[in-house]
Amino acid sequence: MTAPAPFGARLDDVVVRFGRQRRVTRDGGTYREDASTALDGANLTVRPGTITGVLGRNGAGKTTMLSLLAAYRCPTSGRVAVGPEGDADSWEDPWENPWVTANVQLVSEGGGVQDDEKLRETLRYYADLRPHWDADTAERLLDLFEISTRKKPNALSRGKRSAVGAVLGLASRAPLTIFDEVYLGMDAPTRYAFYDEILADYAAHPRTILLSSHLVEEVERLFEDVVVLDRGRVLLAETAEEMARRGFSLTGPTMAVERLAGDRKVLHRQQLGGTVQVTLEGAPDDGTRAAAREAGVELGHLPLQDLFVRLTDPAAHRATVAGRDADASRGAGR
Amino acid sequence: MFDGPEPLYVQIAQMIRSQVLAGELAEDEQVMSTTQFATTFRINPATAAKAFAGLVDEGVLYKRRGLGMFVAPGARQRLLEHDRTAYFDDVLAPALAQAAVLGISDDEIVDHIRHRSTTTEES
Repeated sequence: MTAPAPFGARLDDVVVRFGRQRRVTRDGGTYREDASTALDGANLTVRPGTITGVLGRNGAGKTTMLSLLAAYRCPTSGRVAVGPEGDADSWEDPWENPWVTANVQLVSEGGGVQDDEKLRETLRYYADLRPHWDADTAERLLDLFEISTRKKPNALSRGKRSAVGAVLGLASRAPLTIFDEVYLGMDAPTRYAFYDEILADYAAHPRTILLSSHLVEEVERLFEDVVVLDRGRVLLAETAEEMARRGFSLTGPTMAVERLAGDRKVLHRQQLGGTVQVTLEGAPDDGTRAAAREAGVELGHLPLQDLFVRLTDPAAHRATVAGRDADASRGAGR
Repeated sequence: MFDGPEPLYVQIAQMIRSQVLAGELAEDEQVMSTTQFATTFRINPATAAKAFAGLVDEGVLYKRRGLGMFVAPGARQRLLEHDRTAYFDDVLAPALAQAAVLGISDDEIVDHIRHRSTTTEES
């Protein structure tokens, strides 16, 4: 079988509400109540053929969004579209769509396995389900992660169960492969082996991979694109490189640092005696670089982790609540 | 590895340039493929590809269709010329500025360099 084109995905103004229920008022009337809103007008385009990181705090809507793409869930309102690279107009709604669901593999936390059957049964099921399934890869990876197919998944440890998920996702060779916090319970060597396998398999069999994780420092270099979700909305969706240009730090003597910082927006400040470290918005230009070198001020990059923490900080959220709508629509404009 | 302030692809390109300069990568020698590079350093292949594309534009590397990337003939010499010019601005200027702050005179610096080169010659 020829290699399939990588799949892209698009969300247009998607809202997902849970726990909608009817309540009785004191005077006997009824009203409907939305218990919680998981996605609140999410707009996003996932570029086909990229490894895209999905970041967000607990409850930001990551799992809900990823479930939509794999048709595990349908939106309350808005439009979801998934399909192959090159012809975005032909993308289809995943919901109850056999063509899309066959080509989208969502690996969620410990899910997708038959718990009380031997693992071999689960593998057989996926071999039938996924048109591009690679049994040799599955076998090699199970060997690598030291998992016996004679065991039942419910007899496996948390980390081994996660490794089974990693195997299913990689061996599926699905044009859209989604790993939703698949690292949970894996020890460090296993996680690094997992990252290495993602990269090697992606390079050999180009496709679209979505990866959500809270271990931002470990995974940031795997990403070509990054999506940040916050409170059910897409806060940012851009390349990792664009994201890296959103901030930098200056460390050195207070006077020199203040002079270099000029009127740039300060995101964070830390004073250590006569030395100060400020985190500034934007990217340093050549003039700043040269001036910093001359003044003995150290220029540092802002790790994605720190940027993420600052972007999703509740205090920052309150301060910028008015400007958020504008930011969210700009972030989704790509 | 690669934890400087510059974008990752800039740091990767700089590493390859240093290897060419130091002669660790000879002219017409094949460099790692983007895939090998990505999996070795655990980075996105697109990032590695961007660094390599920049080096091709600079004339440090060249591409052989179907075979991979190779160090361009004359690349080391060109890098040497470029970096020799940059040395005075990027390396020496900050050192001299620091010397001025510390009150070290130009004569002291020149003496130090003369003394250092004679001792290295003797040893």
